[in-house]
Amino acid sequence: MDKQKSLREAVRSLHDGMVIGVGGWGARRKPMALVREILRSDLKDLTLVAYGGPEVGMLCAAGKVRKVIYGFVSLDKIPLEPYFRKARESGAIEVMELDEGMFLLGLRAAAEGVPFAPTRIGMGTDVLTHNPELRLVTSPYDAEDVLVAMPALKPDISLIHVSRADRRGNVQTDGRDPYFDNLIARAASRVIVSAEEVHDRLDLTHSHMAQKSLFDRSVVETVVAAPFGAHPTTAHDAYGWDMAHLKTYCDGARQEGGWDAYLRDYVGADEPTYLDRVGGVDAIRTLSIPNL
Amino acid sequence: MIHAETFTLAELMITAAARAWAEDGEVMANGIGTLPRIAAGLAKLRLNDRLLLTDGEAFAVEEPVPLGCAPEDRPGHAGWFPYGRIFESLWSGRRHAMVTPVQIDRFAQANISCLGDFRKPKVQMLGVRGFPGNSISHRNSMLVTSHDRRTFVPGEVDVVCSAGFNDRLWPEGARRPEIRIGLVITPLCVMDFGGPDHAPRVLSLHPGVSFEEVAANTGFELLRAPDLHETAIPTAEELVVIRQLDPHDQRAGALKGNPSGLRARAA
Repeated sequence: MDKQKSLREAVRSLHDGMVIGVGGWGARRKPMALVREILRSDLKDLTLVAYGGPEVGMLCAAGKVRKVIYGFVSLDKIPLEPYFRKARESGAIEVMELDEGMFLLGLRAAAEGVPFAPTRIGMGTDVLTHNPELRLVTSPYDAEDVLVAMPALKPDISLIHVSRADRRGNVQTDGRDPYFDNLIARAASRVIVSAEEVHDRLDLTHSHMAQKSLFDRSVVETVVAAPFGAHPTTAHDAYGWDMAHLKTYCDGARQEGGWDAYLRDYVGADEPTYLDRVGGVDAIRTLSIPNL
Repeated sequence: MIHAETFTLAELMITAAARAWAEDGEVMANGIGTLPRIAAGLAKLRLNDRLLLTDGEAFAVEEPVPLGCAPEDRPGHAGWFPYGRIFESLWSGRRHAMVTPVQIDRFAQANISCLGDFRKPKVQMLGVRGFPGNSISHRNSMLVTSHDRRTFVPGEVDVVCSAGFNDRLWPEGARRPEIRIGLVITPLCVMDFGGPDHAPRVLSLHPGVSFEEVAANTGFELLRAPDLHETAIPTAEELVVIRQLDPHDQRAGALKGNPSGLRARAA
């Protein structure tokens, strides 16, 4: 069993119009190498499902996004994602803006195979006004309990960055917070993982780290080797986020032709080119893990 | 108790904000943003040792992490608090957050999502983030760095992110979770929503500020709390703690011009 593919082959398995779940959280552990490969492709009309970071802004800037379903879109230290903001303010994209916890419950419902999760979150707010597809349900146990039926959020496929994987699809994720990668994986039940390192057999070489596995290989369809593939976001514990680069990226949003320049000057033709242009892998290795 | 001779408005607001957590018992104190975070640390060290704090990343701490703390100086971890546990904690109600909304209305509804038409906003901001869930799950306080009619809006906020005391958005006959609002700290005063039918009211005025000035800068009617008084100024001890919690003086950048805490009185 060998699920390893090249970045290009992996992205070729995606289609126009797909609903794509993205792991990570804000500017943390985003599968950016896969995202950049999507930027290099002809894919379009995508729906993104994410605790969003720069992947949302970049794919919006490139005109590849029809809709974003999100708990937030932020670059952490830089609170507002500028290209997402532009896409919103120009009315270019549809959105389903959710409370962060509702978003989690929608993923969990999909992972559990139920159509919705009952919750009080959203009651009394404009989340219901601006998402008219959200319905209320009355508790069968007490008619005074009226709840939001948060629909299952089921991506067609999810993209998740991990610290290491093996060719069979076993994964390990370092770092102090798993975020919700387990749910993003389970909700979709089809996952492309990008990994800092790909090994033959994690059970033979990294057995003592098995608790770092956030989901099992039955949901992993494809494994891609993507060293430094989370840059400019963090990949705990390998490297921190690159705020200087993110600032350059954000500055481009205020300039005419800024996005085209970013594509040309950084994204380039492939990942080795990208990594060189952002300062090289030795520089990325020295980026410190953020501490707020 | 020795009162400080000079202090900034930001320090006065931190001191006032810390009191929000004084009577909370054993809950997680989450101060989001520079001044609320210092305030939560001050509350833990001076007012309520039972408070739970996090390091802002993924761990619980028993000592507040100073702003800009070097990795080698960070306190030890008392427990693990990844985001998944934050949700468990907040849904349990054992949390009291202090946040900085962009708009607040007379129903205590708050907005951080966007300004203007939601479908094509004039200004996209953060999105609703955790406000809807926070507002129905646990107590929330607010700290704002400007007090004007753009912050305290007439009518309702553009996007209701935090549920408040507004019948319009609740189905008739449905059971409502208790909406718990702590304190609202502004550059002019301290408010709450403790008037009749949760009416907003002024609890204390910062030195030199009049009720009329507050009212003129607020887009909705305000009541005077029965014991309306002057906001307590920081003690020398409180200022020492504030400096320990914010050694690089990030608080100086929180308010435009970093005014003195006694500026209004001087003017």
